[in-house]
Amino acid sequence: MTSDGARQAGREWKTESSLERLFAGNEFVVTAELGPPKGASATNITENSEKLKSYCDGFNITDNQSASVRLSSIAAAVHILRQGGNPIIQVTCRDRNRIAIQSDLLGAYSLGIRNVVCLSGDHQSFGNHPTAKNVFDIDSVQLIALVKKMRDEKRLLCGEELKAEPRFYIGAVENPFGEPVELRVMRLAKKVKAGAEFIQTQAVFDIKKFEKWMALICEAGIDKKVNILAGVLPVKSLRMARYMKEHVAGMSIPDELVNRIAKAENQQAEGISISVEIISQLRKIAGVKGVHIMPVGWEAALPEIVSRAGLSPRPRVN
Amino acid sequence: MIIAEQKSLQEIDASVEGAKRVLVVGCGGCVSVCLSGGQTETEVLAMALRLKREVAGTPVSTAEITLERQCDPEYVAKLDEAVKEADCILSLACGIGVQFLAERYPDTVVLPAQDTKFVGGTLEHGVWEERCGLCGECILAATGGICPVIRCAKSLLNGPCGGSHDGNCEVGQDTPCAWVLIYHRLKRLGREAAMDEISPPKDWSKARDGGMRKIVREDLRL
Amino acid sequence: MEYDSKLVGFVCKFCFLHSFDLGPQPDTSIRLEMIKLPCAGRVDARVVLTAFEKGADAVFVAGCPSHECLNLTGSARAEKRLDRIKVLLDAIGLGRERLMLYHVSGTNGPRLADIVREAALAVGCIGRNPLNTHRSGERSCCTNDHSGAEILARD
Repeated sequence: MTSDGARQAGREWKTESSLERLFAGNEFVVTAELGPPKGASATNITENSEKLKSYCDGFNITDNQSASVRLSSIAAAVHILRQGGNPIIQVTCRDRNRIAIQSDLLGAYSLGIRNVVCLSGDHQSFGNHPTAKNVFDIDSVQLIALVKKMRDEKRLLCGEELKAEPRFYIGAVENPFGEPVELRVMRLAKKVKAGAEFIQTQAVFDIKKFEKWMALICEAGIDKKVNILAGVLPVKSLRMARYMKEHVAGMSIPDELVNRIAKAENQQAEGISISVEIISQLRKIAGVKGVHIMPVGWEAALPEIVSRAGLSPRPRVN
Repeated sequence: MIIAEQKSLQEIDASVEGAKRVLVVGCGGCVSVCLSGGQTETEVLAMALRLKREVAGTPVSTAEITLERQCDPEYVAKLDEAVKEADCILSLACGIGVQFLAERYPDTVVLPAQDTKFVGGTLEHGVWEERCGLCGECILAATGGICPVIRCAKSLLNGPCGGSHDGNCEVGQDTPCAWVLIYHRLKRLGREAAMDEISPPKDWSKARDGGMRKIVREDLRL
Repeated sequence: MEYDSKLVGFVCKFCFLHSFDLGPQPDTSIRLEMIKLPCAGRVDARVVLTAFEKGADAVFVAGCPSHECLNLTGSARAEKRLDRIKVLLDAIGLGRERLMLYHVSGTNGPRLADIVREAALAVGCIGRNPLNTHRSGERSCCTNDHSGAEILARD
């Protein structure tokens, strides 16, 4: 199935991003997350992107996730590009000021990267360098506005004109499970106002709770202004399920799910089945334009999940 | 006020090493209020130092003086005579007092007895908490009187972040999320719509990042 | 060799008044100095350290049980303060074992005598105040001079 570029002829695209075209063509988009290694070798990234590129429309690469030093997002993105994959870089506000961020964005675009996800970033106390000075010169909302300004106004934050502007497709993240929920709706609206064009949410396990949030989003008309990708995190084992339930802030994992994995003969197989079921439930929710799959430490699970969810093969983009 | 906390006796003793006569100087300002560097604390520290040194077999003598405060030169000047009799000065003031003493007595070693921690206020007797980020451009009018620069661990101006959970900051269970506090306060004042506006990036050059700050009031100078 | 332990006790006047019945002298080798306080909560690092600087081998504080303190929180304050002073004593090198806190009810007469015996025994285990070995000649821990007596004289 191809996305008909000709049908869209005459339309003014904001970017060269294939994601922009897929969303415009009402495709159910699939993005996948790759975590860069804690080392200077990109073998993992290149192997995974080669194996998995046909199972997703783009690869997110995290930016020193959990504030632990990893191979940089932009560098990993270049490795992915070389394998023919479509990278989505992440930029956090924790480690870089506005000067470095703008500089990195110019560099990233020049290297062929077309998609960026803007986040605040986990606090450095979570990572392996808790004594580091943090930056947070700007926050994620200001970052989104910054990327938009560079692209649409062709200007740096200070107002100086850019010789060649970076035309990024702009993404952000949102946590549908944080309380108070009205703040999560307000914040998403703000990000959209600032220029966010697609959103990736935290992993969804509690469909009912997620439905409630989506209902509020649709009520506020936000679903019409931004493309929301619901997060899906395949659970590899009971231990992982329990760990996330107890220790990861903002995750809402129902007891029934944990019990289901506990009773399963093959926990991995059960984990994949659960993800497939969650995806099929997510597809039915109004406003959900795709899924963002995060196979943490289990990239090999991606092909089976995408296939069994009926999302394979992925559409081609002109 | 400025809140400081005494260094360990071990660290203080090590820094004073070699001196036989120590002038221990307390401060009647902030550190008196937060009970870490006032007259009582100065006397106790001097005594503890003498005892520790005597037990170790390397006795030291001390003189103790507590000034009104150490951040005004006219008060610091009162130490002139006493400094002549000392090998080193141990100051219980915040970092400012230590530096003012060092400036006035450049030929005498001046040592800090305290770690200056933050600018804050009293929650209850014995508990002090940070409140001001000293950013140089106060935005409390827009945030319902709650400072996001210092109370938000990420200094967000458009918070809360995704880590905010149940009203708590992701950094710790016992730290309230500043932006949830701001939201509730603004709501109470009927001003929550202010949170829909995008706050632009802050001018950090007015904060510490711009370099050491100074204020000159010409109307007060002759 | 007989060594006279020097024991200083800071005693709340209510325990003191009602319990001051030491009975038979527990041990001839204790030199005991008891200083009456309006409340155990009056004890602070200055007076405790002064006692040690003057050569006390051990210091005890006797106050009313927390729920019986006539000043309501005096006894509780004393306990918290002494915890902090003990940390200081460890850092100084004298050791926290030299400072003891006892709760004595005003009506428990013989208890104070027990405390003195207990404290004296403890000194026997801990050993002399190292300051006494460094100094030449005897130093009494009497209240003749300076801050200790002045601070506590207000009754």
